Amino acid sequence: MNSHYTFHRLPILLSFIIGLMLTIMPLPEVIEVFRPSWLTILVIFWAMQLPQLWNVGSAWIIGIILDVSQGTLLGQHALAMCCVAFIIVRFHLIIRVFPILQLTATVFPILVIYQFLLFWVNGVEGVNAPLITYWGPVISSTALWPVIIILLSKLRNKA
Amino acid sequence: MVASNENNNSSGRIPALGFRFLGLIFVSILLMYFDNRDGHLETVRKSIGAAVHPVRVIVDAPIQLWTWLGKSITSRSNLEQELTQHKTEKLITYGRLQKLEALEAENKRLREMLNARSKVPDKTRVTEIMSINANPYNHSLIIDAGTQDGVFDGQALVGANGVIGQVIEAGFMTSLAMLISDMDHALPVEVIRNGLRTIVVGTGKIDSLELPFIVNNADIRIGDLLVTSGFGGAFPAGYPVATVNSVKRLPQEPYAKVTAKPAASLEQAREVLLIFSLIDQDEETAEDE
Repeated sequence: MNSHYTFHRLPILLSFIIGLMLTIMPLPEVIEVFRPSWLTILVIFWAMQLPQLWNVGSAWIIGIILDVSQGTLLGQHALAMCCVAFIIVRFHLIIRVFPILQLTATVFPILVIYQFLLFWVNGVEGVNAPLITYWGPVISSTALWPVIIILLSKLRNKA
Repeated sequence: MVASNENNNSSGRIPALGFRFLGLIFVSILLMYFDNRDGHLETVRKSIGAAVHPVRVIVDAPIQLWTWLGKSITSRSNLEQELTQHKTEKLITYGRLQKLEALEAENKRLREMLNARSKVPDKTRVTEIMSINANPYNHSLIIDAGTQDGVFDGQALVGANGVIGQVIEAGFMTSLAMLISDMDHALPVEVIRNGLRTIVVGTGKIDSLELPFIVNNADIRIGDLLVTSGFGGAFPAGYPVATVNSVKRLPQEPYAKVTAKPAASLEQAREVLLIFSLIDQDEETAEDE
């Protein structure tokens, strides 16, 4: 594709390595429930900003890596990530121009969809978990979204 | 802005997005189906796991550095104090050990009399915990040993004070293990006081286990120590698992509500022992007689 895309690869890769580190970092149990889904946030951000370079395929690979590192059913997170990336890429032109508050309000239902897909697959597989474990990441991710997006935008502009 | 340039290039449309999306969804569902049905995808999982390994090492590095710093900065007086403490402990342990040897000999003699096989001590290997997952629907940990060290699926993991869990996926260099507090984990145990056999099930809470199959009139009390019974074959017999910390007898229900606290501190352990059990099934039948 375009030559200027190659400049974007490094920050994207870096952000995902940091995201993965934050995802598998051990945390105390109380905070654990509220661990933000870092990788979902990153998939949403990059799919919104660089949909040509970063869309369903890349999101799917991130999902598979997440499945392996979390020990969940292979394809569970991949499916959820893929759906999130599809929604974002499909509407990226609309979403991208939103002011930050409206953007946060848009990200919330997308995270809910993501968690619902995980919940759904867990249900089919026969894994039961209290509902708080699904809402925790949604709440924390939405709360952190404005901060993360400002940091990531800086990273993106430097690239 | 860069964003507007991109739009001009492609008018914001990604070629065959919907098609690719549907394809990937299909692949995901297929993967999940095969992963759930049987373990054909183990090799795929292991190779991706190997790719994630460096990230785990990086995540683990600050913690390693911290423990290393702690070790190197400990003061002399602390070390001396620790040394004397260890010396006393050693003396006490040796004292107990002498008794143990006598008991072992006696046990062997009695077993020979009963025509049972003598119990071989289990071989162990120390390994380190690299990371812990403790979201309520998945209590697992990653250990720093894999198939290259002889780790196998279903292997028992024991901490200093008791059973921690079992290996569910042996990778090449690291392995995934399930904690006994995982909701999907069940473990055959017996009460050491009276030999009452039952099953301990994880609750999804790291400091609590459940005994769902205790009938109301069963002889179980708060403070009872539960040890592995060796049934089911995965765990060798005699390792402490948990202490009963609440017994609620409900007259209207067939089973009492019994919870127990894990003997091992599942949250705090850094090193665990892998058990290479040498016990075979004959012994269980011998014990039944």
